[in-house]
Amino acid sequence: MNDVLTTAREQVLARGDGLAEDQLFEVLSLPDEAIPELLELAHEVRMRWCGPEVEVEGIVSLKTGGCPEDCHFCSQSGQFESPVRSVWLDIAELVRAAKETAATGASEFCIVAAVRGPDERLMSQVRDGIAAIQAEVDINVACSLGMLTQPQVDDLQEIGVHRYNHNLEAARSHFPSVVTTHTFEERWETCLMVRDSGMELCCGGLVGMGESLAQRAELAAQLAELTPHEVPLNFLNPRPGTPFGSLPVMESEDALRTIAAFRLAMPRTVLRYAGGREITLGDLGTRDGLLGGINAVIVGNYLTTLGRDVEEDLELLGELRMPIKELSKTL
Amino acid sequence: MMFCDHCGERLDSGVHTECEKRRTLEPPRYCPQCRRRMKVQVTPRGWTATCSRHGETDSPS
Ligand code: SF4
Repeated sequence: MNDVLTTAREQVLARGDGLAEDQLFEVLSLPDEAIPELLELAHEVRMRWCGPEVEVEGIVSLKTGGCPEDCHFCSQSGQFESPVRSVWLDIAELVRAAKETAATGASEFCIVAAVRGPDERLMSQVRDGIAAIQAEVDINVACSLGMLTQPQVDDLQEIGVHRYNHNLEAARSHFPSVVTTHTFEERWETCLMVRDSGMELCCGGLVGMGESLAQRAELAAQLAELTPHEVPLNFLNPRPGTPFGSLPVMESEDALRTIAAFRLAMPRTVLRYAGGREITLGDLGTRDGLLGGINAVIVGNYLTTLGRDVEEDLELLGELRMPIKELSKTL
Repeated sequence: MMFCDHCGERLDSGVHTECEKRRTLEPPRYCPQCRRRMKVQVTPRGWTATCSRHGETDSPS
């Protein structure tokens, strides 16, 4: 067995202590032949520290496109020649989307807006939307509305937002190559406020954006430092018209090594498959990831792109004997 | 249909096999009749695309 895996077995599997950045770099540098053993260990870690259940979530875009920020991977930035046009969802459609999500057995529904941070118009739409959902649908509501002020954090907590998503996107050292309109520190600040508020913090990132393996390890270590309740892991899906539009899709072996490394960095965290898994991993890879550390999925469509068929994902979970986490167990 | 609803180019101006492949994981972006960029709303189980001239199209159920 490889040295780092022997160490991980003792440190992460037996004691529940995540790997450090230099150890994660070693994991990400393992040869292809070591991947099955690595995934097996990551799966054992997930089963030991999280159990067999899978948390299912649906997401919807409340406000699409026209964002003033310049995240180079994002088709919703108003700064690039992307074909995505600005559009708002009304409350009736939002409630319908929450119902569709709940019907899949999901326990979490995330409302997302393409903004730097929420203004009063958006906060008021979110308030009304959440009240309407709470009146009709039995589901936890999460939000992702960009960078927040402390009063906004307090407001969201008060209206019953269960979890708030704000991704680091990239490692601190890679961040300036990905975003120039705000800083890594600004993102970090919002994450800290959310974490200390009583809402659950959902904070992940994207890989496959030209970062080195050392920077990928750095991202995992920085996420671990924040101790988020959930980490959504996105693989770059190069979007036409964006600065990263012509980057290659990540190799599936690299994606699987990344999944396992994230699990070994954060043994107790909800590690969610988010965007880009379909084009990066396909059907076979999706299964491998679920047997390699992933314990949560976004079902159905994403914000501007489409996902795998919901029934196929649910069937796969059934086949793998991974029960869907019930709403009562997430509260 | 005259225009590719993925890239917006004329359908008779080249091969759109790659566009068709991508469309399995993407909603349409351009109106196939006039190539205007459409307003597209994606929801967990579908999408709606609206052209200001030619109206609304929904995802196949
Ligand atoms: S802040 Fe969000 S919506 Fe805006 S460009 Fe960045 S990733 Fe896209």
